[in-house]
Amino acid sequence: MILASEFCVFHNIELSFIYSLNESGLIDITSIEEKIFVPVSQLKNLEQLMRLNQEMDINVEGLETITYLLQRIKNMQLHIVKLSNRLSFFETE
Amino acid sequence: MEFIDYYKVLEINKTATEADIKKAYRKLARKLHPDLNPNDKDAQKKFQSINEANEVLSDPEKRKKYDTYGKYWQHAEQFEQQAKQRRQNTGGQQFTGADEGDFSSFFESMFGGSERRRQSQYRGQDYNAELTLSLIDAMETHQQTLTVNGKNIRITIPAGIENGQVIKLKGYGSKGANGGLAGDLYIAFNISQNFDFKRLGNDLYTKATIDLYTAILGGETTIETLKGKVKLKVNPETQYGTKIRLKGKGFPVYKKDGEAGDLYVTYEIQLPSNITEEQKTLFTELSKLK
Repeated sequence: MILASEFCVFHNIELSFIYSLNESGLIDITSIEEKIFVPVSQLKNLEQLMRLNQEMDINVEGLETITYLLQRIKNMQLHIVKLSNRLSFFETE
Repeated sequence: MEFIDYYKVLEINKTATEADIKKAYRKLARKLHPDLNPNDKDAQKKFQSINEANEVLSDPEKRKKYDTYGKYWQHAEQFEQQAKQRRQNTGGQQFTGADEGDFSSFFESMFGGSERRRQSQYRGQDYNAELTLSLIDAMETHQQTLTVNGKNIRITIPAGIENGQVIKLKGYGSKGANGGLAGDLYIAFNISQNFDFKRLGNDLYTKATIDLYTAILGGETTIETLKGKVKLKVNPETQYGTKIRLKGKGFPVYKKDGEAGDLYVTYEIQLPSNITEEQKTLFTELSKLK
């Protein structure tokens, strides 16, 4: 687990940003003895959301939309791989 | 090394104001940002170009130098010597992509190394690699050594891996900053086609040729599978295109030891050629019997 305040200092961001992401369901945080932690598994996702927010001024609502669309793209890419594997079977028949 | 027209890259004209540049950059960055275009190498390359163009055009000093000497970049070293003493930090906005590359040699030649503010990640960057295997290699669990960024990594590839499948090796990416976690290594597999065996999921498909007499009268034939030869019983009156299933002789199921798909064999019947007079007579007699 990563201490959220340490992450915020490193990246020069507000802790409130992490709270907002948690409230919108984009990341999960854990509170232990009044300290906020970010699970290691969420770190990659958190850094991506932070980049989009900082570098392109995308607000939390925008990040929610982007996350949803990126997940759809990922699912479609997996579907395309499956379909092209099937297609190659018939093409070389 | 070619001259790069940064105005063209940002789709603006030479009279563009700082606000125009910022707007154009932002518009293109939203389209090409690596976080929004995962696994799109073309977008990442274009993103690098617009980053570089913005680096130059959003900095009045660099823009002036580029406008004056851009086409004569070969002499940039001389200009650079003079500029070194009065170099200031860039004021332009920069983006950091997950797989961001270096600047072009044109940029390096004109402006030296990158001065931009690079936002370090706490977690190390992920690496992506591609690995091509033959269908036969993909059938067996085996170990392979990969060289990623000069480091040898020994990996175990489970039998049954699919074409296009990506596996993640946790912690094999670049090191994190300030004790942060290392990134991951993603390996995408390309399974090359095999001319004799075709794969559909966990099943394999192949063809076997039998002669006319075996097809009509029945008998035995031996076929090649990916795991050696198998003897098959051929039923009498087997038709062209008859398909039989050999249970469990197909492709191993990914990460399920001992489980495998089926092998489908389609019979093709080879008609006799160069028949003798005697055979011809017998075939004629046969034809009269029908």
